[in-house]
Amino acid sequence: MDLVSLSGNLLYAAFILYLIATLFFGATIRQKDSKVKKKGISGNIAITITILGFLSHFGYFITRWMSSGHAPLGNMFEFVTFLGMAMILAFIIIYFMYRLSFLGLFALPIAMLIIAYASMFPSEVAPLVPSLNSHWLYIHVSTVAIGQGILFISFVAGLMYLIKEIDQSKRTSKNTWLEVILYTAFLFIGFIVITTVFNIMGYKATFEYQEGTQMVTTEYHLPAIAAPNNGVLITEEVMEPWFEAPTWMQGADAGRKFNTVIWSVFSGTIIYLLTVLILRKRVGAALQPLLRNVKADLLDEIMYRAVAIGFPIFTLGGLIFAAIWAQIAWGRFWGWDPKEVWALITWFFYAAFLHLRLSRGWHGEKSGWLAVVGFGIIMFNLIVVNLVLAGLHSYA
Amino acid sequence: MNKIKCECGHVNPEGTVLCEACGKPIEGNQHIDGNDKKMLLNMRYEGTARRSQTYRKSFIDKVWSFFSSVKVGVWLIVVALVASMIGTLFPQSQFIPANATSRDPAIYYEDQFGLIGKIYYQLGFHEMYDSWWYLVLLGLIGVSLVICSLDRFIPLYKALRIQKPKRHETFLNRQRFYSETEKVSQEEIEQVKAKLKKQRYKITEENGHILAEKGRFSRWGPYVNHIGLIIILLAAILRTTPIMFTDEYVWVREGETIVIPGTKGEYYIENEQFLLEMHDPDDDRFRDAIASGGMVASNYQTDVVIYKAKQDIPGAEPELEPILDDSIQMNKPAKFDGYTLYQSGYQQNEFRSMTFKIHETNDEEATAIDSFTIDLFNPESEYILDSGFRVVLDQYYPDYYLTDEGVPASETNYPRNPAFVVVVYPPDASEPEVSFLGIGRNIDATGENDYKVAIQDFDTHYVSGLTLRVDRTLIFFGIGAAIFMIGVIQGMYWQHRRVWIHPKADGVLLAGHTNKNWFGLSKDIEKAIEQTNIKMVEDRQELDK
Repeated sequence: MDLVSLSGNLLYAAFILYLIATLFFGATIRQKDSKVKKKGISGNIAITITILGFLSHFGYFITRWMSSGHAPLGNMFEFVTFLGMAMILAFIIIYFMYRLSFLGLFALPIAMLIIAYASMFPSEVAPLVPSLNSHWLYIHVSTVAIGQGILFISFVAGLMYLIKEIDQSKRTSKNTWLEVILYTAFLFIGFIVITTVFNIMGYKATFEYQEGTQMVTTEYHLPAIAAPNNGVLITEEVMEPWFEAPTWMQGADAGRKFNTVIWSVFSGTIIYLLTVLILRKRVGAALQPLLRNVKADLLDEIMYRAVAIGFPIFTLGGLIFAAIWAQIAWGRFWGWDPKEVWALITWFFYAAFLHLRLSRGWHGEKSGWLAVVGFGIIMFNLIVVNLVLAGLHSYA
Repeated sequence: MNKIKCECGHVNPEGTVLCEACGKPIEGNQHIDGNDKKMLLNMRYEGTARRSQTYRKSFIDKVWSFFSSVKVGVWLIVVALVASMIGTLFPQSQFIPANATSRDPAIYYEDQFGLIGKIYYQLGFHEMYDSWWYLVLLGLIGVSLVICSLDRFIPLYKALRIQKPKRHETFLNRQRFYSETEKVSQEEIEQVKAKLKKQRYKITEENGHILAEKGRFSRWGPYVNHIGLIIILLAAILRTTPIMFTDEYVWVREGETIVIPGTKGEYYIENEQFLLEMHDPDDDRFRDAIASGGMVASNYQTDVVIYKAKQDIPGAEPELEPILDDSIQMNKPAKFDGYTLYQSGYQQNEFRSMTFKIHETNDEEATAIDSFTIDLFNPESEYILDSGFRVVLDQYYPDYYLTDEGVPASETNYPRNPAFVVVVYPPDASEPEVSFLGIGRNIDATGENDYKVAIQDFDTHYVSGLTLRVDRTLIFFGIGAAIFMIGVIQGMYWQHRRVWIHPKADGVLLAGHTNKNWFGLSKDIEKAIEQTNIKMVEDRQELDK
């Protein structure tokens, strides 16, 4: 077996191990006594399997590095996979600080969703472009990912706090918003499911369209609902597009990405509706009883602590190391590139979060909402800024 | 100043909420920190007298208390955050793509994004981060940082220095961590003390009252990191001055030696060669990716020689002395005498020279009778050939285009699309013939020419784009960032934990406070009181709904 396929298999193994670990974390719910020291055997097994999964994940990273000769952080697949690994690492660290098994029940599935999302991007080992060819690639990118991974734990704790504390007895604006957040997770599931289905079928449709002054082609792997603006379908015997993407959509392959979003919303909504139909209640309401034994103030504490730990690391990686590298590569440490601006926005947001924690009235539920929004900004920077807002970082 | 004397004997400044020494709530001031409505005391700044909360009469007082409010600070951050977001909605003017139909912002935004784009442009959002109000906003955040820090740091520093181990009972029983134990022996207290010491708490005692404290320095973290941020903001202001910051862009052709702009004519650069290298498509590692995604560059490199000009007599040609021989690559700039040169771009296929041949018009084979080469950077006016032909270069358009009036002209001085009008004098001394030559063009003005001139060969070269920077502010940004990191780590990774033991009758009151990580403090206390009768503190946090 060569290194590349070994690397792929290790990642696959990590994913399976995380899945098994989640089941064991799930088993800890039944244990009535949630006292810190008597966690029981199931929690120990779960964290052991998580660590094994992490080691396997790390093995993927090292073997891929060995095979390509550069740290696998060069494109969307590689970065998001690494981010998933950083999230797991952050979870393991926080787990040993607080020993809260329930955290794993939520953190692992969401991290797995991120890893699955990563694998939807082209995963061939690609050569490094000259601008990325620097030691700062690993220094900057890995620090950012670890910072974001820890901030992710704050999101998980915040989400758990909201699921636990928000009244689900009747429909309110609060539990509706919570439901919207959970629904977003279903959109990711929808994206993963639909992309996988059509990938297996090997669906392809090619369009030709004008971009600025050049004619370019783009290949759809999902049936085209939205064609590129002024695009002409070249492939025969495939579904005709229903309409064209609007003109203002910018950047490479805007039409194709828009089409993917439509499909994700479509399939995600169906999966969500089926879930609600089976549960016969809001997803938030169905999850609430799982958290009966968790102490709300501990969740609040973890949520704040994770920001306190993650914020300096994020600042170091996302702003300071980023600036040093930008200075070396482009001669300017700051250039108001969209990705840079969104890193600054993330920083502003968590700075505001930390300052608000000083005031009374911002602990608990409000903090929970903020933790969720903060992670929303991180995801926005990862997905929308990379894929939609064109800039120096749009390497996917 | 109306000093307030506490029953413990300490004299507090006006506006104090909790006595600096014993922590007793001072009557009449409890509304300041909102203690009147809660069971627990607000411990944020130790209940010290802050200027912003005490004096609110004069204009200066009002400005001071406005900027010292964390709420105002957070609002400023939120406004800056929203403005930054809006700035990324559409590309900023410097990021308008090169292949856009028009790069003029006045046209681009409306053309591309319709009415919203037009409004975006008219509001000036296309240059958001250079706009005066965005800079004012950052400035206000800076002012808020300074005032917030001064308002809190000084009284807090004083209070933590003055604090006494003996605290007022009300102070203790209004702490979040609190317990009362009726009967405790002296040995047990000694045991707790020893265990706290083992956990690296600093113990101070006063008549049996014990204060165990650790990580006080973490309280200064926020002020340290704010100093770092202020240095960064000051550096940003410095950077707007030309002494501290120069930014120039220069195009250098292969083989060319030119003066580097922005160096006052002191330095010259020679481009020895430019290299554009590609990843090998047959490389096993990358074969699939290159097959599906196309060729990928692996290196952009300019081999340069930097010269220092020695000019003894003004006006005379300077004498060039080589000072640096280097290869500039992406991520590997060249440095000399405080200047840094970065590889920033290149142009491919610029013509260097063109070779033409002369053949008989009716010769199907177009066999060359003779040929000549025009150096496009240094054309001669006349070429006398061995075969007796004489070619006069009548017109030269390095970057040819036809104007709206139909007149040939040159768009730039660079030979990107060279065109010529040549007059050919055949050796037999017959009438001279005029030809118009260009890429893909060969026009015989009269249609009666006996000889035709055609492009035989050409030579191209690369033009390398280099950015020259002088940034003397980098050191300040570096110092600011380092101080910020120290401060933020100091404040976030350590916590100021305190435990008070207050003997009362036969028992003790036990209370604890920390600015962060209550979970950690409770574990510390748990460990300290193990195997004693002292009751574990109760967490009485009032969570906000």
